[in-house]
Amino acid sequence: MKLAELQQKLTAAARLQPPDERVPYAFEKRIMALIAERAAASGRVLWMRGFLRAAVSCLALALVCGAVSLFTPAATDNGNDLSQDFENTLLASADLPDSAP
Amino acid sequence: MERSEAELIAAVLKGDSASFEPLVEKYSPRVFATARRYARRDSEVQDIVQEVWLKAFDKLKTFRGEAPFEHWLMRMAVRTCYDFLRGHQRNRISSFSEISEPEEDWLERFVGDPGNAAEDADAAKLLIDSVLERLSPEARLVIQLLEIEDRSVKEIAELTGWSVPLVKVRAFRARGEMRKILARIAKDKYL
Repeated sequence: MKLAELQQKLTAAARLQPPDERVPYAFEKRIMALIAERAAASGRVLWMRGFLRAAVSCLALALVCGAVSLFTPAATDNGNDLSQDFENTLLASADLPDSAP
Repeated sequence: MERSEAELIAAVLKGDSASFEPLVEKYSPRVFATARRYARRDSEVQDIVQEVWLKAFDKLKTFRGEAPFEHWLMRMAVRTCYDFLRGHQRNRISSFSEISEPEEDWLERFVGDPGNAAEDADAAKLLIDSVLERLSPEARLVIQLLEIEDRSVKEIAELTGWSVPLVKVRAFRARGEMRKILARIAKDKYL
């Protein structure tokens, strides 16, 4: 059997087949519905991603605050703790007139 | 007034996805014709075309407008068909036991008198389809584009994203693969 000739014949046979261009009924509507669905889904996904990122940041902040409060040594009774210093600084201007002669 | 393709694409990129519909309507016949060259079942053809359009919508931002939209879309269609062929590689048939009677008759006619075996016969079309189905994805794509659609090596390189030397190498291998399959038919049936 002449293989090269057979190959040529079969290739010619394939060339003679006209490409079928039929499109199923309302195919473009189906594509548009899928696109709309995907657009809506991607909007939801964007929101979800935003919420998830916010939740992760909040969790990280809470962990850091927890760790700081856990590992910071407890305030001593000499009144030199941060909250007392802050209050003193804040009220310094109000305290001055009382101490003035 | 009918809007031009460039206007439709610009509208889609601005967020008006409805402007994509006229493009789908206009080019679906060509995409279907391409998909039918690589997939037989209607459901597979529709899946391929659907994927092409969804990819086209998602990647529309990458369309720079230097070449016609149709070329850009057909590149996407050919690459999607190639992905389909690669995904269905395992389903390729390797034996020729399922050759139908008309195909066998046509082959016998060809063996008896090669000049008289008509290439427009349905059996010849069936036979070439089953030969193409037995080729590797690369070989099938190259044979389809180069031998059947009569495209140039440069065009194939653009469509597939392969380099020109790679297309040439794959074309050489594909012809060899096809000849091997035909030799196997000859051996199975006539030796």
